[in-house]
Amino acid sequence: MNGDVILAIDHLTMRFGGIVAVHDLSFAAERRKITALIGPNGAGKTTVFNCITGFYKPTGGTMRLTHDAGQVIALERLNDFRISQQARVARTFQNIRLFPGMTALENLMVAQHNALMRASGLTFLGLIGAPTWRAAESSAIERSIFWLRRIGLIERADDAAGNLPYGDQRRLEIARAMCTEPALLCLDEPAAGLNTRESAALSDLLLSIRSDGTSILLIEHDMSVVMEISDHVVVMDYGVKIAEGSPQTVRDDPKVIAAYLGADEQEAIAVMESGT
Amino acid sequence: MDYFAQQLINGLVLGSIYGLIAIGYTMVYGIVGMINFAHGDIFMIGGFMALISYLILVSFGLTAVPVILLIVLLISMAITALYGWTVERIAYRPLRHSFRLAPMLSAIGMSFVLSNYSQVAQGARVKPVPPIIPGGYRLAEHNGFVVQLSNIQIIVVLTTVVLLMIFTWLVARTRLGRDMRACEQDQTMAALLGVDVDRTISMTFLIGAALAAVAGMMYLLYYGLVDFYMGFVAGIKAFTAAVLGGIGSLPGAMLGGLAIGLIETMWSAYFSVEYKDVAAFSILIVVLIFMPTGLLGRPEIEKV
Amino acid sequence: MSAPTSAPTPASQPRIAFILKKAAMSAFVALVLFSLMIGIRTEAGPTGQLIYWTRFGDLATLVAATFGGSIVIELLRGWLGPSGAADFIPAPVQSAMAIAGQWIAPALLIFTLLVPVIFYDQRYILDLSILVLTYVMLGWGLNVVVGLAGLLDLGYVAFYAVGAYSYALLATNFGLSFWVCLPLAGLLASLWGVMLGFPVLRLRGDYLAIVTLAFGEIIRLVIINWQSLTGGPNGVSGIPRPTLFGIPLTPGDDGLAARLGIEFSPTHRIVFLFYLILALALITNWVTIRLRRLPIGRAWEALREDEVACRALGINTTTTKLTAFATGALFGGFAGAFFATRQGFISPESFTFNESALVLAIVVLGGMGSQLGVALAALAMIGGFELFRGLEQYRMLVFGIAMVLLMIWRPRGIIGHRSPTVYLKQAQAISSDLVKEGHG
Repeated sequence: MNGDVILAIDHLTMRFGGIVAVHDLSFAAERRKITALIGPNGAGKTTVFNCITGFYKPTGGTMRLTHDAGQVIALERLNDFRISQQARVARTFQNIRLFPGMTALENLMVAQHNALMRASGLTFLGLIGAPTWRAAESSAIERSIFWLRRIGLIERADDAAGNLPYGDQRRLEIARAMCTEPALLCLDEPAAGLNTRESAALSDLLLSIRSDGTSILLIEHDMSVVMEISDHVVVMDYGVKIAEGSPQTVRDDPKVIAAYLGADEQEAIAVMESGT
Repeated sequence: MDYFAQQLINGLVLGSIYGLIAIGYTMVYGIVGMINFAHGDIFMIGGFMALISYLILVSFGLTAVPVILLIVLLISMAITALYGWTVERIAYRPLRHSFRLAPMLSAIGMSFVLSNYSQVAQGARVKPVPPIIPGGYRLAEHNGFVVQLSNIQIIVVLTTVVLLMIFTWLVARTRLGRDMRACEQDQTMAALLGVDVDRTISMTFLIGAALAAVAGMMYLLYYGLVDFYMGFVAGIKAFTAAVLGGIGSLPGAMLGGLAIGLIETMWSAYFSVEYKDVAAFSILIVVLIFMPTGLLGRPEIEKV
Repeated sequence: MSAPTSAPTPASQPRIAFILKKAAMSAFVALVLFSLMIGIRTEAGPTGQLIYWTRFGDLATLVAATFGGSIVIELLRGWLGPSGAADFIPAPVQSAMAIAGQWIAPALLIFTLLVPVIFYDQRYILDLSILVLTYVMLGWGLNVVVGLAGLLDLGYVAFYAVGAYSYALLATNFGLSFWVCLPLAGLLASLWGVMLGFPVLRLRGDYLAIVTLAFGEIIRLVIINWQSLTGGPNGVSGIPRPTLFGIPLTPGDDGLAARLGIEFSPTHRIVFLFYLILALALITNWVTIRLRRLPIGRAWEALREDEVACRALGINTTTTKLTAFATGALFGGFAGAFFATRQGFISPESFTFNESALVLAIVVLGGMGSQLGVALAALAMIGGFELFRGLEQYRMLVFGIAMVLLMIWRPRGIIGHRSPTVYLKQAQAISSDLVKEGHG
């Protein structure tokens, strides 16, 4: 790890009653890089996400986010919505959580709520239609249009989000998260249910988001996406980290293979060495 | 001290009645996840069924009180159970897969239907009956204050205990009880395993209504009257009891009922009678805010 | 392979048997249910003890009606098919209705403005329309909480009561004018809305509903029992009538009629009240429509759609919920103040749970979130109630039945769609199947 770290997770532990979902997890995500968190189902990856994004209060450990300007924010001490607001961490969900009864455009406008609330003078300036409010609203619409174009949904801006096809919904959720102008974007299985072509388009989108300067933390099962776009991979199983490194290193690690295949580690080494 | 003892007795008796109603709430919430707003009115209907059947039996010339009471109990349980079953079939089953607000609003509608139907059918005036089971025991006497335990009080508590025992056996040991517990956990899986979910849910409503009928009859015996709005207030208090005990937990419902009965009686005795309902409602609010899983309930973790 | 069929369809015989069997079962159930309640009529006799008489004729009628009704329902179900009434309206009629729908709102508004002119002499119609408008305003107020933010409030009558009593007590004790008391009443109601909102923030769905119901009942019980403040069950009387900015509407020389040089008539006050409530309602409507287009309104709707996603987007759901409660309460308070001044007398009897249920039914019938729907629903409900004037118990019975039927047939209300608040090219109506109902 020689780069500039945006998110440092140290000894993160999450306990639910008697069950330890995450145990003593430590890893770091680099700025302007894509870090992937992988592992078999039930490994605790979404639990880690929920801790980072404030939906669970971790039982122990720290999660430090460092902004470009240098301020360090302790995520474990922030309430859920403040994590998006102050720490500027945005996320998407495993089961898409769009606002189905609102249009694609409205979904993106909701994402810019905080900026717009300030500009509307806590609503009062907005009620009287002050020019500063109108200007802020226009620029919010402009940003929404920008993202709709970028994900190829500009033609469907006025369609209800619930009516969009699955792949479009996934991309819309990402665009919505990006409209909050995050420093760190956390994606929970963005490629789930996408076919090869859609996965490729997703990879392109994420790479372009990265080159624009946003750091990405990603949970994913689709190995082609992980291998293609990740700069760094962390592997979990049964709540602990079992491997970490570049995509290639992790792919060849026998512990990782054993975890996914459910095989013995020795067996995995044997399989690898026999070349099959 | 004697005053306190008397209040204790009164509170436990009242609490038994609340507990019987609360069981219906907690069972229904456990199995279909809805608050049966009409349940309080089922309790009221139970009281009415007891009243009317008692009147008829007496007018036929029957005088043996235990026989009369037994027949009244069976009739009111049977008819009220059918009311509960019908309400579920008409107002809740069609909405089982609808959005969450629908069964609740339907239940509120049913509550209005039941209370106003009774009013229309029987006239709006309160119906009093003379004491059916007179007498009791003097437990203690000091300074002119007598601690009494009336026969009715004994009957109420005994009936409650017996029913509770039958009912616990039912849930723990019979096939129906097992089906109920399965449906509470996972309806789809239960159905796949051969449980008749519709019938199990119907039986749950039926049993809850039968118990509420018993509560109604006990109320009639204890207070000597039934009125149309007793369902509304008693319903909220019984629901409070169910929540206090831990929604979904049967012993919790009884425990909560006793607690609410005691609190209400003590509050009326030592603070103010006018605000006793406020006390009960406030408990509901406090419990739901600070202790939503109640005393014996299981905590829920929000899955994101 | 198809053979020409001249024989009767084999399906009809078992179907008739099925329908008859079902009807017989329904009739049997009805017989048991109604046997004691309808068959026997109890009453407190002349000497205080309970007497009864039988009504077997009524019982037989009801059982027969159940039998017949069951047959009719089964036939309808077979005729309409599983999709029910949705396909009942043919397509060209549906699109004609959609076009007409755009004109309903302005037409209704113009008609409403002209009601006092058209019905000037009919006091009954004017009184009724004032009542309708009051409920329209209450519906619009509750719509913010339930329809937009998706928070199940079963105790809305509490804000109505706080507004009414605030106005009444301020006016009778301090002699302040209507125009001073009105905003104060609204603010006090709004404050109570925030106080109610704080404790219930984390509650969802059914629990939120019952807690708000409990709050509503607590307010009513406190009003009844705090006699020194509120007059208890006797209520507050002698509430001054509203003035046109200080000019009273009385027959005397300082009255408005004298000043305008026209002959005084008691109808003037009614007309004034009519336009007053209309103005209040229209302000409620205008504010709501504007708020929907502002970030706070959009946040309310997003809250209804998916609260978790809102939190993930950095929206403070606590303050969002509180502002929804406060805004709804504000309008409820205004309506309450108007109610107090219109009646001249208020008592706790006007603020029961029945009122909360009625306003909630109006909001749900209207199609949650739709302003026009709420207005139409209020008209339908209150108008329907008027038909039952004098038959109080039958009224509530029919109301209950109507609520159950509404939930079974059309749970999303009259207006089956939602209009987006911002669009690039065209505002497309979003079907209510997609719109979430909110969990609190």
